[in-house]
Amino acid sequence: MASTVTMTVNGKSVTGAVEARTLLVHFLRETLGLTGTHVGCDTSQCGACVVHVDGKSVKSCTILAVQCAGSEVTTIEGLATEDALHPMQEAFREHHGLQCGFCTPGMVMSAVDLAKTNPDPSEHEVREWLEGNLCRCTGYHNIVKSVVAGAKAMRG
Amino acid sequence: MNAQPETGIGASVRRREDFRFLTGRGNYTDDINRPGQLHAWIVRSPHAHATIEAIDKAPALAVPGVVAVFTGADMVKAGVGSLPCGWLINSRDGSPMIEPPHIPLSPERVRHVGDQVAVVIAETREQARDGAEQLVVTYGELPAIISMTEAIKPGAPLIWDQAPQNSCYDWEFGDRAGVEAAFKGAHHVARLELVNNRLVPNAMEPRAAIGDFDRGTGEYTLYTTSQNPHVIRLLMGAYVLNIPESKLRVVAPDVGGGFGSKIFHYAEEAIVTWAAGKLHKPVKWTADRSESFMSDAHGRDHVTVVELALDKDGKFLALHEKTLANMGAYLSTFSTCIPTILHSTLLAGVYTTPVIYAEVRAVFTNTVPVDAYRGAGRPETTFLLERIVDIAADEMGIDPVELRRRNFIPKDAFPYQTPVALQYDSGDYFTTLEMATKAADYAGFEARRAEAARRGKYRGIGVSSYIEACGIAPSQVVGALGGRAGLYESAEVRVHPTGSVTVFTGTHSHGQGHETTFAQLVSDLLQVPMESVEIVHGDTNKVAFGMGTYGSRSLAVGGMAIMKAVEKVVNKGKKIAAHLLEASEADIEYKDGKFQVAGTDKAKAFGEIALTAYVPHNYPMETLEPGLDESAFYDPKNFTFPSGTHICEVEVDPDTGVTEIVNFVAADDFGRIINPMIVDGQVHGGIAQGIGQALLEGCIYDQQSGQLLTGSYMDYCMPRADDLVSFKVETHNVPAVDNALGVKGCGEAGAIGSPPAVINAIVDALSSLGVRHVEMPATPHRLWQIINEKRAAKAA
Ligand code: FES
Ligand code: FES
Repeated sequence: MASTVTMTVNGKSVTGAVEARTLLVHFLRETLGLTGTHVGCDTSQCGACVVHVDGKSVKSCTILAVQCAGSEVTTIEGLATEDALHPMQEAFREHHGLQCGFCTPGMVMSAVDLAKTNPDPSEHEVREWLEGNLCRCTGYHNIVKSVVAGAKAMRG
Repeated sequence: MNAQPETGIGASVRRREDFRFLTGRGNYTDDINRPGQLHAWIVRSPHAHATIEAIDKAPALAVPGVVAVFTGADMVKAGVGSLPCGWLINSRDGSPMIEPPHIPLSPERVRHVGDQVAVVIAETREQARDGAEQLVVTYGELPAIISMTEAIKPGAPLIWDQAPQNSCYDWEFGDRAGVEAAFKGAHHVARLELVNNRLVPNAMEPRAAIGDFDRGTGEYTLYTTSQNPHVIRLLMGAYVLNIPESKLRVVAPDVGGGFGSKIFHYAEEAIVTWAAGKLHKPVKWTADRSESFMSDAHGRDHVTVVELALDKDGKFLALHEKTLANMGAYLSTFSTCIPTILHSTLLAGVYTTPVIYAEVRAVFTNTVPVDAYRGAGRPETTFLLERIVDIAADEMGIDPVELRRRNFIPKDAFPYQTPVALQYDSGDYFTTLEMATKAADYAGFEARRAEAARRGKYRGIGVSSYIEACGIAPSQVVGALGGRAGLYESAEVRVHPTGSVTVFTGTHSHGQGHETTFAQLVSDLLQVPMESVEIVHGDTNKVAFGMGTYGSRSLAVGGMAIMKAVEKVVNKGKKIAAHLLEASEADIEYKDGKFQVAGTDKAKAFGEIALTAYVPHNYPMETLEPGLDESAFYDPKNFTFPSGTHICEVEVDPDTGVTEIVNFVAADDFGRIINPMIVDGQVHGGIAQGIGQALLEGCIYDQQSGQLLTGSYMDYCMPRADDLVSFKVETHNVPAVDNALGVKGCGEAGAIGSPPAVINAIVDALSSLGVRHVEMPATPHRLWQIINEKRAAKAA
């Protein structure tokens, strides 16, 4: 049943053996050792697993690894440069948008996608957009603040 | 103090743990993989109550990759013990609570959906799961008991043969005769029956555990999602697997939220550790979210009758509570003290009620065990108190804020001895109430209600003044009340030769930001730069001992242990400095990072003293050991008592039953604050969970079959970003008296204060319809029904 799949992850071409049923999130975590992408549920409800596939935010527990053959995938590990955090990461740090950090990678990846399509989101728009990302720690208060500030920083 | 204002006590220092979490470099249990590791899949009961007639392992063992299958019978044969309960409660007749056994894999009978029946271990997780699907278990179904009121009826089927009427204990507390007399003479008695809804804690990181065994050394290691690794080492080692502490290491690395649910010693921890020892290979288990729903301890689940007696001026004369508390099918680690010791001892609330009497009966049902969840007993107390105060206010025609004010413990009454054992050290309930009513524009509310009414909406405002007992806890008090542990905390402050500092704390951070807060604390106390202070926690091989993090205790107990150890370091430093400076020790003062002879400019910097301690060429060797590494245990004198007022304003849409939170204000007293940014974050998170309890969350079982109906995020409604608003939080901090840091704790306050504020607001919104009480969660469906029934009754 195993086959191999090739895709670009965080700018590097990777090839690995997968089963037909292997989800992208398991390929990232187990085959590639990219454990920054988390699994918080089994019903595609929590968003802890959000990554970018060809520039769009995707719940990586909802897509098979084989479906991503040939795609460009960016995970939380691929967001910062050697020298600096991404402005959205920086905004989460500055505004205390994380506590335990478990939802954080998915939140940040979702937020970056929002800011790309809507560079100046209102608080209300942020709340609507993040509806698919659960956080149990922050009450969302500081996440919303972080995303508004992060989007602003991304506008430059 | 405040030597470094930008990093010291009181500064909103940005968190040092954030870099790793923001860049995907966190190290959670499921991120860890051990060489040669096997994977475990737990076979769980599909029935709420059944006997295990037979288990045929052969089909599972035939699945490719499956290495082993173990059952409860295997565990019993190997002498595996029972998961222990940490708190003994005696019934009113003096008899001890019924304490049934809890073998990690159930040997003969299953007692809730999700109960552990067997473990299948294979080379991959998928193979283990495939194997589990092939395991043939023959069950003999028994009638299930889900409702507490059914469970206590004579003749109800028994979950444990040794527990008649499914009763674990029948406990009483307080002054029965005094309360009866006060009720007889009362001008008014307010009475309410209410339910405190069952919740699923739902930390975002599912539980996980890896057991490892080193044949070379005979040492076991358990990596686990725990709030208290040393407690797990003690309970699992001593009671379940019979492994001495010296051969058992427990590591709780980064943990993705706990909220109480990761305090307890869970079956899976023992299963993987034991299996690793048998198979001589690491064994890993990670819960699916569906498994979390049916195996993490749940929270709350009380059915209560509360009565409050008042005189004609609205002064509280007496309070009586009668509660049924759900224990689930087994006693989880701290389950028994939640509805008793952590609950009824707070029945005075912030009020001068002179006599109080509580009756609490704990009941077994065929459900997941219930234990501490953020607040643990105190949200239940606050909910019943703040609801009955509002009911009384309404019935007596007194404004609810005014009624609270009339009964508050006065500011000058501290220390205040309540009639229910606790002695409050400090507080200022009037000021936090004042702040909250101002921030919420309580005075201007009626205009907003009228404006909303013109738009066809019901608008309401609700107040809740809470108090909680944190800083758990003085060991001797705990012991006298049935606790089977000491609840001190330990710390070690290790100064290295170059003056950098590693601090080992027995508390555990799973979102609270201890690595930042404690570094701020030590930097401030020791007057060294924050960058040179490292905080270590979560590994029993690094940290000598600890009781962990829960009950908002980390700073009030753990921080105090750190402070004590720092004091020892400074005292030893003084001795070394006195020797080097040829002065008397009594003349040395430690200031601005220097040991100085008072009144002179003769001084030695902290770094020089550290170096001397490790390079002791010129050293008082006859009287002093080399090295600068001090540890301390701190056992608190008293609990701490954070308090405050929360105010919620809502609009209910009669067409849909949907409640919109339009404003939420919290004014809290947390004592001295180290990092205000982190404290605000704790309050936000607590409020969100409290609003979740009030509006959205409810764990529901089918009453006949005992199936868990809310077993995933599709059915259990978690608060999402678009369900909530931004909160207004402020503090008025009265330093705690009974600890030298003056800190009180802030982790649970939000979840304690907020649910009654929300429900009081909804009841206020619907008061014109004659609504007197609304049960939680106040879902759109529930409110829509209430509104329609009341409107129909009015029309008729
Ligand atoms: S893991 Fe929950 S949505 Fe993907
Ligand atoms: S920070 Fe813990 S779940 Fe969001």
